[in-house]
Amino acid sequence: MIAQLPILQVIVPLLAAPCCLLVGRSKLLWFFALLASAMTFVISLVLLQQVQESGTIHYSLGGWSAPFGIEYRIDLLNAYLLLIVSSITSIILLTAHASITAELNENKHKLFYVVFLLCLAGMLGIIATGDAFNLFVFLEISALSSYTLIALGQKRQALTAAFRYLLVGTLGASFILIGIGLMYMVTGTLNMFDLSERLPQVEESRTVVTAFSFLILGVCLKLALFPLHWWLPNAYAYAPSVVSALLAATATKVAIYILLRFIFTVFGGEFSFTTLPLQEILSVLGIAGVLTASVMAIYQQNVKQLFAYSSVAQIAYMMLALAMNSTNGLIATLLHLFNHALMKGALFLALAGVMYRLGSVELTQFAGLGKRMPWTMAAIVIGGLSLIGLPLTVGFISKWYLLRAALENGWWPLAIFILLGSLLAVVYVWRIVETAYFSPAKAGHNQIKEAPLRLLLPTWILVLANLYFGCDASFTIAVTELTAQALLGGAP
Amino acid sequence: MITGNVLSAFISNEWQLQLTILLPLAATLAIRLAHKRPNVREAISLVTSAMLVLLSYSLYRNLSLGFELKLVWFEVIPGLELSFTTEPLALLFALMASFLWLVTSIYSIGYMRGLRESGQTRFYQFFAIAIATVMGIAFAANLFTLFVFYELLTLSTYPLVTHAGDDKAKSGGRTYLALLLSTSFIFFMLAIMGTWLVAGTLDFAPGGIFGHQAAPGTCAVLLVLFILGIGKAAVVPFHRWLPAAMVAPTPVSALLHAVAVVKGGVFTILKVCSYIFGLELMPDLVSSQALLYLAGASVFLASLVAMRQDNLKKRLAYSTISQLGYVTIAALLANNAGVIAGGMHMVIHAFGKITLFFCAGAIVIRTGKKQISQMAGLGRQMPFTMVAFFIASLAIIGLPPTAGVWSKWFLLQGVLDAQQWLLLLVLCLSSLMSIFYLLAIPVRAFFPGSEPGPRSSVRQEAPLPVLIAIGISTLACLLLFLFPQPLFDLAAAVTTTQGGEVR
Repeated sequence: MIAQLPILQVIVPLLAAPCCLLVGRSKLLWFFALLASAMTFVISLVLLQQVQESGTIHYSLGGWSAPFGIEYRIDLLNAYLLLIVSSITSIILLTAHASITAELNENKHKLFYVVFLLCLAGMLGIIATGDAFNLFVFLEISALSSYTLIALGQKRQALTAAFRYLLVGTLGASFILIGIGLMYMVTGTLNMFDLSERLPQVEESRTVVTAFSFLILGVCLKLALFPLHWWLPNAYAYAPSVVSALLAATATKVAIYILLRFIFTVFGGEFSFTTLPLQEILSVLGIAGVLTASVMAIYQQNVKQLFAYSSVAQIAYMMLALAMNSTNGLIATLLHLFNHALMKGALFLALAGVMYRLGSVELTQFAGLGKRMPWTMAAIVIGGLSLIGLPLTVGFISKWYLLRAALENGWWPLAIFILLGSLLAVVYVWRIVETAYFSPAKAGHNQIKEAPLRLLLPTWILVLANLYFGCDASFTIAVTELTAQALLGGAP
Repeated sequence: MITGNVLSAFISNEWQLQLTILLPLAATLAIRLAHKRPNVREAISLVTSAMLVLLSYSLYRNLSLGFELKLVWFEVIPGLELSFTTEPLALLFALMASFLWLVTSIYSIGYMRGLRESGQTRFYQFFAIAIATVMGIAFAANLFTLFVFYELLTLSTYPLVTHAGDDKAKSGGRTYLALLLSTSFIFFMLAIMGTWLVAGTLDFAPGGIFGHQAAPGTCAVLLVLFILGIGKAAVVPFHRWLPAAMVAPTPVSALLHAVAVVKGGVFTILKVCSYIFGLELMPDLVSSQALLYLAGASVFLASLVAMRQDNLKKRLAYSTISQLGYVTIAALLANNAGVIAGGMHMVIHAFGKITLFFCAGAIVIRTGKKQISQMAGLGRQMPFTMVAFFIASLAIIGLPPTAGVWSKWFLLQGVLDAQQWLLLLVLCLSSLMSIFYLLAIPVRAFFPGSEPGPRSSVRQEAPLPVLIAIGISTLACLLLFLFPQPLFDLAAAVTTTQGGEVR
């Protein structure tokens, strides 16, 4: 059983998805989906512990050993990402029943859970697999299911948003496929470990450089790196609240994982940073992304859209940290993967609570909510402070490492831009705070009550996690330090 | 040193240290629970503040004046821990803040009830949180801990500044947050990170932590970042938040914006100068001269602006900016007299300025007057208040028989030792200006001449709690003139803990 864990991680949600069709009532469906995702969470915990104890886990699918069969390979990076995705998804799923009852028609509930689990399976598959083509397959599974999830949104704009995402996503996936195809052409293998061994012998060839460029571009489309981010804000804003939370907290993390895997494992850090001017590209786009997206966030009227732009900015931070090409920079990227998932998870779940009570997350609707929904608003304030990077929240931990990496590289102006970015975050967070606590409540909002406990509890689990991992970062730092060293040290 | 201290028999020093932070926090909860019973709620505030004074005093009595007690809460990032220690400057600050919290608690009961303010429970709650963070700043053992509580103080005072909840309060609150957060996020944070990378530690240590291997150029840049980053010290050009914060209720202006927040700022500067850079390194830095002139400009310009203010609280705010400049100068002089002057002025100005704010509030409660031009002839109506105002003004200016004379004395000595002739001129000019803008108020209140103003000869003083508070703080200004020794000893201990060769 223990030996089968790497595949179980993916198979459980993948099989649970069609099984949902057999379950009748909505509440039962929810329990079932929750059970499946909780199982993946437990499995990921065990996997992380195993990897920490005894190193990388290899698993040959169907007994066909690599490079002929598909290999699942769990090293520290995989285990860490699996833990992030499965834990956050499970917590988000806790709110699903209450939230979708309010937002979706009864007849769509079944579809929702099926697609949600497929999306989870896709994301976990991307992370767990050691095979480049298999990765593409799972990428498509998660992408197609997230288009569907977004299209489930109440408003008609959800359809356009989903369609836009579909166009960009397909484009990105095609680029990735082209990249993988080119690599296969040169090396004759799809196994990522094999690729990393064979590519250095042919790295001079133009095909490899082309493959690399296609891959990077494709992934950057997927992870919404500025200026390829325009699909993201609407997709987050019009999707059902649970889906917004899932996408914001986990989906982009998976894309960043792909980027890290290709840059550091498959091609190797040295090749990646010398063939293309990656450092320059990522740092310029990163800075531009942080500043532009943060400023855009300030002008949004829809709070989901506001936080969506903030996500674009946070992704830009991660790319900026990656551009440092140093251990501390990489640690900052990895830390922020986890920390950002906690912040955005908490914030979007709190928004789900607002959506549940008000049916809208327009900023004007927040007037007077500080009194009406004190716990939900407190969650938004703490999540917002974490986003700003106040000490004792997780945001500070990421910022500290990012700043440290920037100064160690001697990039003083960059450090100032990074700090400027967190001031912009103060501005957009404070727009919500001022509306919620200072504007008088709207007429007809006097009956608004606090969000139900089913929504509040998961939100606060994440809020408290923001504080806990902000006060004691030893776990995250220990894992990310080892991961960063392993990645920079070359092959897994 | 150990005396028959009752507290120590029950509570260890470590616990006393953390109770200074935990106790006000616990009080917050208790205040919340008692929100339906104002009397119980206020009693909780009073008892907690009295206990806090006892705790600070007991710490002061039990400990020799060094970095001997250290308490670690938890480690956030390897090398960055939340930890606390006691040293003379910290004790000085804690004693002052806790004592004045007690006085302000008495005052706010009279003030808040006198004006029937809304949201009183929230007010007392955030007040208690603010004091907890002030204690955290006082006893912080390293820059990181100090930074954490520094930011928390900004955030916990924001709801107090915006207490009124109207548009004016909102925009005042915006300026407050914007300036305090932007200076601390950009400059202070960079300075801390720079210190960490250069020195490899953030712990406060006697004589500084940079040692001899640090490049003087880098240290000079860091000093600039520190002085600009500690926005709470209100050095020009980052002073605008202080007048903006005057939209707050008077007890808040009194305790926080004359004492806790601004003193948190200059305290941080004193601490950074003495325990991060050290008195030996400071004079060698090229930037310290420029920063001295910046602080001098701050002193001079703020005095100039204060003379033109007709709103009493605004005038007091600008006077505070000017007086904070004195402490900043004292810290930057980096000689023995300077450090003593800095420590003493931090405390003495606190007593004087809190009295002035108390009086301003008392006038608002009884007459609703906020403009100085309306206050001519007020002396007949509120003689006690205006006499207190007069004495406190003397303390700020630095004239006998008030304690202000001592700190000004040492500051002049420090300036002379450092041979800063231009600064000497600035300080003298500014003192003259402060005579004009402060003393004019009580003088015109008692001798209105032919000016139009209230002619009511009926005595109408503020409620009793307000008067008690004013009486205590005024008395302190006078007593510290007669018995400045404990204050001097604490301030002087900062220079003797410097270690090595004392300059």
